[in-house]
Parts: sequence; structure tokens; C-alpha cells
Amino acid sequence: MTMISEMEKNRQERSWLEKIPAAYWILGILLLIMPGVAGDFILFQIFGWGFILGIIALSLMFLAGYGGMVSLVQMTVAGSAGYMIAIFGVSAIENISLGWPWYLAIPLALAIATLFGTLAGWLAVRTEGIYTIMITLAIASAFFYFTRQNYVIFNGFSGFNGVLPPNLFGVDWRQPAAFYYLTLFWAVLAYGTVIYVSRSPFGLVLQGIRDNPRRMSALGYNVVAHRVAAYAFAAFLAAIGGILLTWQSAQISPGTAGIGPVIDILVITVIGGMRHPIGPFIGALIYVVLKTFALDALVAIGLSGERFQLLIGIGFLAIVFWSSDGVLGIWNHWQQARKRDPLLDRGGSTP
Amino acid sequence: MNARESISDRLSATGTANALEMRNVSKKFGALAALSDIDLTVRPGERRAVLGSNGAGKTTLFNCVGGDYPATTGTIRFFGEDVTGFPPYERIRRGLRRTYQISLLFTGLSVHDNIYLACAGMSRSRFSFIRPRRNDALMASADNLVNLVHLNDARHQLVSNLSYGQQRQLEIAMALAGAPRFILFDEPAAGLSPAERSDLIAILTGLPAHMGFIIIEHDMDVALRVAESVTMMHNGRIFKHGSPAEIEDDPEVQALYLGGEDG
Repeated sequence: MTMISEMEKNRQERSWLEKIPAAYWILGILLLIMPGVAGDFILFQIFGWGFILGIIALSLMFLAGYGGMVSLVQMTVAGSAGYMIAIFGVSAIENISLGWPWYLAIPLALAIATLFGTLAGWLAVRTEGIYTIMITLAIASAFFYFTRQNYVIFNGFSGFNGVLPPNLFGVDWRQPAAFYYLTLFWAVLAYGTVIYVSRSPFGLVLQGIRDNPRRMSALGYNVVAHRVAAYAFAAFLAAIGGILLTWQSAQISPGTAGIGPVIDILVITVIGGMRHPIGPFIGALIYVVLKTFALDALVAIGLSGERFQLLIGIGFLAIVFWSSDGVLGIWNHWQQARKRDPLLDRGGSTP
Repeated sequence: MNARESISDRLSATGTANALEMRNVSKKFGALAALSDIDLTVRPGERRAVLGSNGAGKTTLFNCVGGDYPATTGTIRFFGEDVTGFPPYERIRRGLRRTYQISLLFTGLSVHDNIYLACAGMSRSRFSFIRPRRNDALMASADNLVNLVHLNDARHQLVSNLSYGQQRQLEIAMALAGAPRFILFDEPAAGLSPAERSDLIAILTGLPAHMGFIIIEHDMDVALRVAESVTMMHNGRIFKHGSPAEIEDDPEVQALYLGGEDG
């Protein structure tokens, strides 16, 4: 709200375009011209995958950072959206997939996954802290085992393959450059929406509930309803990520939303930082780079390639140990240290 | 004082139900009876002071009325409606407000944002995803409240940077958001300087006449200047009702207050 009032104050003086710092312009242009410089593998496997995991982790960041609710069900919601797009749309498993056109399958998948995430939230908001983590983990495990054992709808262990994005506007969206722009578009849109909503009444109220639920109730807010609504919003974001993830690998199976990936989303969010929506994207890129290249690096120095999880684990430990707010926290710390006056030993902005 | 009483009389005469009616309300924490057999009637527009030593149950009384703790037994009616089983937000939406003895403010937000949250709680826009505009009705009512409690110069400051007295004023502004009908003030004058106290008295006596309240106050001077009737509490029970003059001159009350080491 302070931001709103200040922005409104400045509105007469500068248009919003002028207020975007130069660093953002450079980053924006770099992201736009990336397909000109980067190879197909980098575009599809590093950036594409990174943006998708970033969107799913962003949905956790929204709940945890603004709402104080650590939900482990976000990857499962993404997985459910992936399953729905495979079941309603087209896949290689023709005896199950209904083969409906994309304009029916995509909204249906988004709606069902959002409903699923909202129901999970409806259960989880009645608990606090560690119990929220436990109940969401329980839902995630249940989904994993259910999809693995159910062959009628979810095709059991093997899931669905051949789940491809529609050839909209005559573009094959799984071509690396096209897929890069597709995921970039949704990542930027999700990021911008979360930034905007965090300063809307809904987002402010959510932060108020995080800081002091009792007071918010005494101001006329239905704390439970508001938390459930936050889960619904986060589930919608996760569902978008889930559909993109399914298109990226062209398949969905129980392992997509298994316990490992569920924990990975938490790790990504913590590594990146939960205080700002950019954190999940930073965390996702670090995770994807490590997961992709750590194997080769380990083999090169004579270690077994399967140890890449060890690297991620050590990185996770180091970040949690030295910065409670992930890479973002380290960045803030470094910036403040740089501004410090060596004679007065004070940060530049503190009075 | 006569003018105030006649407002309560006139409101009652038009058939307006009592602002607050508590019948046989008690609150137990395990074996400890924090409140026992509370019968309390406050008429619309009436301004009541609740006195009592520490541990007399005054704040527990507020917590039962506000819904923070459900009453163990008894019924609570708010303007005729039975609100005994209602969660706090349902009572607040019916026009009840309260302030807290220990300020429960959002210290990471600005003064204006705190009041905006209080205003938005009463409106449909609490689920809005759209950022408010400067000329939005809620923004305007938040601005008015900032003015009312003299915090205009501090409106963009973070609450954590406010003085203690300013934080108390902010508490009051938040309780006045969105057309309250009845307010519970929990020791609003505690820790205020004499100048801030007279400011507070001016704010309380300047409230619209139909807006009744209960004020818990240790400072007899503040309590007796803003209230037209007084309830004494002792050990979780109602000890005495009366006009300020009656209570002040009552020998039993004096014994409790002056010899009150049984707190």
C-alpha cells in the first residue's frame, strides 16, 4: 500500500515506462534475443524447463511468502493438470484419451486442477506450520500412489505419452525457439500477476493474515476463506506450469508428481528465496543447471554421475545455513555490504 | 450527561434493541472461572465504563463479546441478534469493533495501509485482485480516519516508526473504520501523556451520538469524563452498576480500589 500511494504520487511526474530501471530493460532484451544466441538444448532444456519449474515454485512462493503456508501439494496440482490435459486432449494412449480439441481440454484441465488445489487447501488451512506440510505431503503421496495403481483413468505406472501442444497459428510449439517463447510468456505473465496481486487488497489481506490472523479476524476478515482463496489462486498458477511441463516432456506419469519432484519444488523455492516472486525463477534455473550439468561434471572428475543430488543437497544446506532467504537473501546482504561506509560502518540507507 | 441519556432513551423508544445484552455469561479456562454469571445490558448509544482491578475479568469480557474466546455458558445478543456462536469476523461485520490493550497493529505496513485494511474488512472488495485507485471510496474513508485521529503527518510512515501514543491513536482509528455501531475500547489511555489523554477524551466525546461504547479504563478521570454509566467488576463478577457519581462515592468501591491488594 505504501507502494501504491507512492506510485500514485509519482504518477503525474513520470509515466510507468520511464520508471522501469535500466537493468530490467537489459534483462528483458536479453531474454527476448536469447534464441538468436543460445542453442536448442539451452533454450528447451534449460530455459524452458527452468521457466516451467519457476512457475510451479512461484505458486508455492505465493502461499509461503505472502500467506505463511508451506504447501507441498503444488507439484501435485501441476501433475493433475498434466493428467487432465492428457485425458481430455490427445495422447498416444488412444483408448483412454478423449481427444477433445485444445479449447475444451485446456480450460477443463486448468479448472479441475484449480479445484483440486482448492480442496487440498481447504483441508490444509485448518492446520499450522509443520502440520500443513504433513497434510499436503499426505495428499501428494496419495495422488502419486493413486495414479500409479489406477489403470482405468490414469493408465497406471506408464501414464500417458505423446501429449503435444496444439499447432496453434501454424506453429509447432515444441520447436525449441517457439517453446522458449511460450514458456517465457507464461513465466512473465505469472510473475507480473503475482507482483500485481501482492499489492491488491487480496494480497495485502493475505500478508495481514500471515502476520496477525487474530487481528484480521477482528477487522472483519474471514481468515479461513481468504486462505482457501489463496490456495485457489496458487493452484491456478501451478496448473499452468503443469500443462507446460507435460508438453515439454510430451508425457505425464506418476513419477512427474512423485515425492521427489514434490520436494524439489520446495528446494527450488527455498534456494531462490521466498520473499520476492523472482526467487522461485532464480532457484529453478540453479536447479535445472545443476541437474543437467552436474552429472557430466561429476563424471569428468571421476565420480559417479548419480551423485548430482548430493550437489543439490549440499547447495541447499549451504544456502539454508548462510541465508535464511535463499539466493535473494545473499544478494540483499551483498548489496548492503557494498553500500556500507567503512568509517561509520553503516548501511547507506539506514538513518 | 442529560443530553447523552436522552439519546439512549430516544433510540430505545424507537424500538432499537439493546446494543449489548449478556445473560448468564461465564468463561472457564479449565478450573479457573475468568467470568461468572455476567448479566450486562448496554442500551444503544450508551457509553459505559468498566472498572476493576487487574484480573477482574475485564479483558476476558471483551474477548467473549468480540468472539476471540467463545463463552462457556450464557447468551450474548448484539442489537437483538444472538451472536453467541458467531466467529469474530461475523460480529465485526454486524457493527461491533474493538481495540486491543496491547496494540495488534501491522508494523510492517504504513499508517494509511493499516487503516485501509480495517476499511476493506467491512467491504466486498476484500477479495479484489484489482489495486485500488487514489479516488476509491475506501481510500477516501481511510484518509478521513487518518485525519480524525490527527495522524495526517505520519500517514506514510511505517507503524513501527510511530510513537506509542500514535500507535494507540491508530488503534482507535482502525476501530472506527466502516460504520461501527458499538465499540469496545480496551484501556485506550494506558501509557499516554496528559496531553495525549485530553486528545483521546476529545476523540471519544466527539464520536457520533448513536455510537455507543464500553471503555475499560484505570484512569478514573478519563473513564468518568467519557462515560455516562459505570460497571464495577471484581473477581470475574459484576460487582456494581451505577452512575459515575454513585460509583465514585460508594464506600465498597473505594475499599476495593484503594485497598485493592487482592488484584
